[in-house]
Amino acid sequence: MKIDFQHHQSAHCENGVTSNLFRYYGLNLSEPMVFGIGGGVFFMHLPFIKVNNAPGTTFRPMPGTIFKRNAAYFDIKYKRIRFKSEEKAQDTLDEILAQGKPVGLQVGVFHLPYFPPEYRFHFNAHNIVVFGKEGNNYLISDPVMETTTTITEAELNRVRFAKGAFAPKGQIYYPEGIPHISDDKIRGGIKKGIKHSAFFMNAPGPIIGVNGIRYISKKVRNYKQKLGDRKAGLYLGQLVRMQEEIGTGGGGFRYLHAAFLQESYGYIPNEKLIALSDQFTLSGDLWRQFASQCAAIYRGRATGQDAFDTAADILLDIAEVEKQAFRLSAKLKL
Amino acid sequence: MKKDEIPQDYSALVNHFRELCYAKDNEGNYTTGLSTGWEVKTIALEQAWDDIKMRIEETLEEIKKGTKSPLAYFMELRLMDSKLLAQYAEIWHFRVRIHLNNPAAFNKLPLKTLEKYAKALDITVQDLIQFNNA
Repeated sequence: MKIDFQHHQSAHCENGVTSNLFRYYGLNLSEPMVFGIGGGVFFMHLPFIKVNNAPGTTFRPMPGTIFKRNAAYFDIKYKRIRFKSEEKAQDTLDEILAQGKPVGLQVGVFHLPYFPPEYRFHFNAHNIVVFGKEGNNYLISDPVMETTTTITEAELNRVRFAKGAFAPKGQIYYPEGIPHISDDKIRGGIKKGIKHSAFFMNAPGPIIGVNGIRYISKKVRNYKQKLGDRKAGLYLGQLVRMQEEIGTGGGGFRYLHAAFLQESYGYIPNEKLIALSDQFTLSGDLWRQFASQCAAIYRGRATGQDAFDTAADILLDIAEVEKQAFRLSAKLKL
Repeated sequence: MKKDEIPQDYSALVNHFRELCYAKDNEGNYTTGLSTGWEVKTIALEQAWDDIKMRIEETLEEIKKGTKSPLAYFMELRLMDSKLLAQYAEIWHFRVRIHLNNPAAFNKLPLKTLEKYAKALDITVQDLIQFNNA
């Protein structure tokens, strides 16, 4: 049994699942559009939460947020179900597939067989679509992959019931149908998304948004002195991976946000959107420059305090660019 | 970033799939392109794995000294911490910690408990009890 589902590769799994599921029901929104309307651009440093023994940093909101915000805004009726038993989880999935509906799943990547071994950490907020079943094999559209793939019943059950932080608990989610969405509605979504991300990025407090970028700049400046070379390298490596690893589309989602603003111009021909888009492109370029500077440190090419100062200074530049961009976003009248 | 600047360096993704990046074409319009990897990230990932390998080595030393049980080695090998291992094995966390840090207690474990650990860690019970610290 195979549902006629179109696989489009995306940078980030949740954007991709959202966009691909929407497209199946005739709502043509690209990855940047669902990302932007979902208010996806973000920054937060979590000094007390250790991921792989280094403090966590995130460039996007909580897993599930982008799908949820899009569905809520467009009044899309959807079901989200978690399970206690593997059998029940599998039976329900099979039932919904038999009804001809593609299903979004949250899974852990540690046991995901088609992922490169080097990428299999205990990360549980990966999203995929199941669009059919042939014998004991499920047909999988993993949006970060170039093509679709298959995995067995046992393999799928295992990743659906991965343990640890963000444990998926067999979670499935699927739209029950999508009403016709007018361009006006999409225009509204664009405005809402821009305000949404601006609200969080302008938030008070030291660790969220633009302030968070300044905060991490201060920390990076002191890494060498406080942590020593080895640990400092690890912390920076972690930061770079959160920023650039599969899923961000480059520059910690800033290019994706810039692409969203540019595409929005097609719906709302306001020159300010293009100017804003350029600012986020600049920000993305600076984030990549920061990553390169970090790499120079953790590969041992530049380990002096001046190398850490340079990295910290780039972060301050980013904070300045984004502060202006998000202030402008908050004031923007479309 | 320009489309022709999308890095095509070696990474662990090679032979699996290429990842999608957003970049600008020559007219300044956003478009997508595929990347085999970026050196900057490759090194960060390798570094994370080096750290894991180092932790495994350290654990082996501690097992030699008798301060940790073989369970600790397999736990590190599967990138777990005691809490995650407890969840996968469905054994109380405080018991898992005893089994990790007290080799004598570990050696007395009944087969049923060992089977739970073996299943959680994707190994056989034999691997656990015939652990050779050479």
